[in-house]
Amino acid sequence: MKPAPFAYKRARALEEAVAALGEHADARLLAGGQSLIATLNMRLSAPRLLIDINGIGGLDGIALKAGKLEIGALTRHAQAERSEVIARHAPLIARAIPHIGHAAIRNRGTLGGSIAFADPAAELPACLLALDGEVDATGPKGKRTIKAADFFKGLFETALGPQDVLTAIRVPAATKDTRVGFAELARRHGDYAIVGLAASARADGKSFADVRLAFFGVGATALRAKKAETALASGNVDAAVAALDLDPQDDLQATAAVKKHLAGVLLRRVAKQLMEARP
Amino acid sequence: MKITDDSPPVLTALDRPNSYIGRSVPRPNLQRLTQGRGQYVSDVTLPRMAHVAFVRSPHAHARIKSIAADMAKKSPGVIAVVTGVELAKVMTPWVGVLTHLKGLKSAPQHPIAVDVACWQGEAVCAVVARTRAEAEDGCELVEIKYEELPAVTDPETALDAKTPVIHAALGDNLCFERKLDVGAVDKAFAESDAVVETTFMFGRHTGVTTEPRAVVADWNPSEQRMTVYQGTQAPHMMQNLFAKHLNLAEHQVRVLTKDVGGSFGIKVHTYADEMATVALSKLLKRPVKFVADRIESFVTDIHARDHRIKAKIGVSKDGTITAFEIDDLTGIGPYSVYPRTSGIEANQIVNLTGGPYTCPNYRAQAKVVFQNKNVMCQYRAVGHPIAVAVTEGLVELAAAKIGMDPLEFRRRNLIADDAYPTQSAAGLKFEKLSHHEALAHLDSMMNYAGLRAEQKALRAKGIHRGIGFASFIEVTNPSAAFYGVGGARITSQDGATVKLDAQGALIIHSGVTEQGQGAEAVLAQCVASSFGVSINKVRVVTGDTDNTPYGGGTWASRAAGIGGEAAWQAGKALRGNVLAVAGAMLQAKPDDLDIRNGIVVDKASGTERLGLDELARVAYFRPDTLPPGFQAELMATRHYVPRAWPFAFTNGIQASYLEVDTDTGFVKLLKHWCVEDCGTIINPQLVDEQIRGGVVQGIGAALFEHCRYDERGQMLNGNMADYLVPMAVEMPDIDCGHVVSPTADSELGAKGAGEAGTAGAPACVMNAINDALRPLGAQPLTDMPFTPDKILRALGKV
Ligand SMILES: Cc1cc2nc3c(=O)[nH]c(=O)nc-3n(C[C@H](O)[C@H](O)[C@H](O)COP(=O)(O)OP(=O)(O)OC[C@H]3O[C@@H](n4cnc5c(N)ncnc54)[C@H](O)[C@@H]3O)c2cc1C
Repeated sequence: MKPAPFAYKRARALEEAVAALGEHADARLLAGGQSLIATLNMRLSAPRLLIDINGIGGLDGIALKAGKLEIGALTRHAQAERSEVIARHAPLIARAIPHIGHAAIRNRGTLGGSIAFADPAAELPACLLALDGEVDATGPKGKRTIKAADFFKGLFETALGPQDVLTAIRVPAATKDTRVGFAELARRHGDYAIVGLAASARADGKSFADVRLAFFGVGATALRAKKAETALASGNVDAAVAALDLDPQDDLQATAAVKKHLAGVLLRRVAKQLMEARP
Repeated sequence: MKITDDSPPVLTALDRPNSYIGRSVPRPNLQRLTQGRGQYVSDVTLPRMAHVAFVRSPHAHARIKSIAADMAKKSPGVIAVVTGVELAKVMTPWVGVLTHLKGLKSAPQHPIAVDVACWQGEAVCAVVARTRAEAEDGCELVEIKYEELPAVTDPETALDAKTPVIHAALGDNLCFERKLDVGAVDKAFAESDAVVETTFMFGRHTGVTTEPRAVVADWNPSEQRMTVYQGTQAPHMMQNLFAKHLNLAEHQVRVLTKDVGGSFGIKVHTYADEMATVALSKLLKRPVKFVADRIESFVTDIHARDHRIKAKIGVSKDGTITAFEIDDLTGIGPYSVYPRTSGIEANQIVNLTGGPYTCPNYRAQAKVVFQNKNVMCQYRAVGHPIAVAVTEGLVELAAAKIGMDPLEFRRRNLIADDAYPTQSAAGLKFEKLSHHEALAHLDSMMNYAGLRAEQKALRAKGIHRGIGFASFIEVTNPSAAFYGVGGARITSQDGATVKLDAQGALIIHSGVTEQGQGAEAVLAQCVASSFGVSINKVRVVTGDTDNTPYGGGTWASRAAGIGGEAAWQAGKALRGNVLAVAGAMLQAKPDDLDIRNGIVVDKASGTERLGLDELARVAYFRPDTLPPGFQAELMATRHYVPRAWPFAFTNGIQASYLEVDTDTGFVKLLKHWCVEDCGTIINPQLVDEQIRGGVVQGIGAALFEHCRYDERGQMLNGNMADYLVPMAVEMPDIDCGHVVSPTADSELGAKGAGEAGTAGAPACVMNAINDALRPLGAQPLTDMPFTPDKILRALGKV
């Protein structure tokens, strides 16, 4: 389990990383390495060049800007887990992060890497979707912002181009009406979920507005369950479960039927969390 | 006048003045291991050492049409590319049979496949290079053309006429078959008030050692000697096998085993890739290293437990078990593993099923078949988890059927504590077991009545908890009956040599090995106690066939019971020798002296007479001052082998308390208890940790671990993400209790404790799940591992 030979370059500035990606067709960015190195060691991929972005300054900030919380791509899971700012302004992310792997993985793994890698069973892409967040990327033509809804394209596939570096994610800061819910089922703590659900909504009297249910582990990307969202907005949990139109595939963890069943169970549990006061 | 008895209490031989027997002394190797100063084979680096990686068959069954190595040979750093045909000239093949498993057959196995690859993962070509990475680069460049052959994967159809025969020379795919019929089984079933019949399934799983298998082989042509650094449980066994298949004499082979990162039975077998590494060193005349990576570990480390057992129990209304019957089928891969064979697990299941109970009527049959999957062989608790799950599963199903409490049901059937010596229906001989005392201990330790009340109260709130039990027996301290009588050169005796150094400290050389389980601590405790020094004056040396007494190593829970006894006796013998010197120096009778805390004392008064450092000084540097004709013998060796009993059986009972989330099918383990009887407890902490670790591996079998294959013989989850080993967060607290029935076969009286946890845990988790789900009308779950999928299905939720 040794990687195929590769060259290594440590980028000092964003522009340097973007340029290096352009110079080598077969280059890959290295952030926390918690997903990338495993695929290299198992020889599932063999890029010629790794461009280490850990030396680029200014990519690990956590800041509130104009009602939105911006989290730099190099922010480690562990750093986010301990951040009071995130706990206050993005409680959904704070709830999700302890479910990511184990402490050692969270010490190195980055939020940007997790979003860019876009594992269909990962927590953060679903959170980003549920929070209607956005992604900043810098490429040869400069910086652009991509809505979460447009970002996750397919299995491990995103809107990032071959020369793009993800620099930050941004989510609307929670208000007093924000309600969030999170639950996942994993065989062992720290495993990728069999099924998970990240949800947010705005309390509107007794009912909800802007309900967003983002399931993960049930498709090629994290998925919104829009019919269920509509049903849940009117407070009808049974109808929301009945309206779940997920179409998961069998995988090593569970059959499609079990995943569908568990998605319904999670929806009930998360709906209950949403109904409770803001955490 | 009142006469008071002021004589000291009657002491056993173990109650020496500064005895360490029964004390939780820290292991002497703790510092070394926790400070990262262990010497694992993975750490060994030798001058001119090369690394080997193997190209492995991607197919479960395929003819090797051609191997093109030109590109690989040109790859940077590559030293040699070697095929099975080429290596067959250096090393002879082996056949994994034992004569006492009558009829057991297998085919010759080569270090690297010759002509046909028989499982996905079998080595087909070796690439030797300067580094492991370069060897792997080379592997990618070896071009092998295969002709895929039909794969035999399902044991159920392995013997059908239309199923291809894997080894044509054997005639069929049957490896071994055993039948047993004791008492009057049919009559007993006919007369039973109730009969329960079901099929138990056990998922293939494996040992997942912390340190993978590792070997460095170093052929020295100038001395014509092979030195092998190997993470193994049995260095002398391996010495014999390396010598035999390289056509060398045993004295031309030295096996060195320092620290080993866990074994669990995985490292007591002959692995083709390790044999190949040794052969490559001979061929290339330089050191060659092989360390299995996780990917290859999953497809080459032995698997175990893939059994399908149809089982039946008869009971009368009063709760008496009238008969047991089992029909076992297991697929063991394409070869019976050398030299212990792959028939032992099925054989053990036949031997052990029903073992704790008095029931005299028992019928069993077992069929062991070949298939194109990774090989199966002995893994921690060999056969026990299956036999116990079948027996205890049937017991609790039967108790439920007649509406009897499961503990009460056991009380009526377990062999009485005063019935020993006795034997089981299958013919196992028991010296002394303590089923009832263990059960009573468990009952009070877990507050069974209280738990039942809690279970009932919570049930009313929709919380479904279950309590499950498993009584068990465990084979430990095997005599020659296990392998020796079957013609395998696997010794059941073990030896210990103790010597006094020139400052009065001790060095012990033992034939058992340290796998991380704490054998070194036990050996040091035994010697320190029987000789009479503090434990920090004892250095333990194991794992060196040039320097340790010939011994069996570590397996079948034998290290403490057999190796410990040899150490105890050697320490005692050396004490006698040292007291002879002391007697000569002090002009006292050696019998009137003793050694306590490293000082020669008057036995009666305890008065200090002579320090060991002074004694050693005189004996080694001024022997001229000792009486003429007196020769100090400051090294003593003793060997021990159990003779009175084929095995020292231990016993115990476990319980599991858990909660099933009936919406998700998830099981939350709340608590686990184990009361066991391993005879004399040398080190309570080590025994408890063996039990706990064993329980965790048993829980792995019940809930998590499963080597999954598709119908073409491809392993689907051979990595640490998809193969679920049990992890700390999901594990319950595990409370241990003990009953002590020493074996009279040794002075120490210790039996083994290494496998009891694994033996009983799967059964009681299964029983607890079924206890939780029974009122919900779920079909009993008998197909391990119990995944959320299976539980939801049993509940009719999916
Ligand atoms: C045992 C284990 C368990 C895990 N469990 C979970 C889990 O339960 N949930 C979960 O979500 N994750 C889990 N992970 C993955 C972990 O969260 C990773 O850290 C994360 O998915 C990737 O982040 P990284 O910084 O390590 O990225 P890397 O591994 O360095 O990179 C991953 C990919 O993203 C690309 N990339 C990284 N950063 C950027 C960027 N800024 N711009 C563009 N592309 C970029 C890389 O080129 C690469 O292709 C687990 C990992 C392990 C080893």
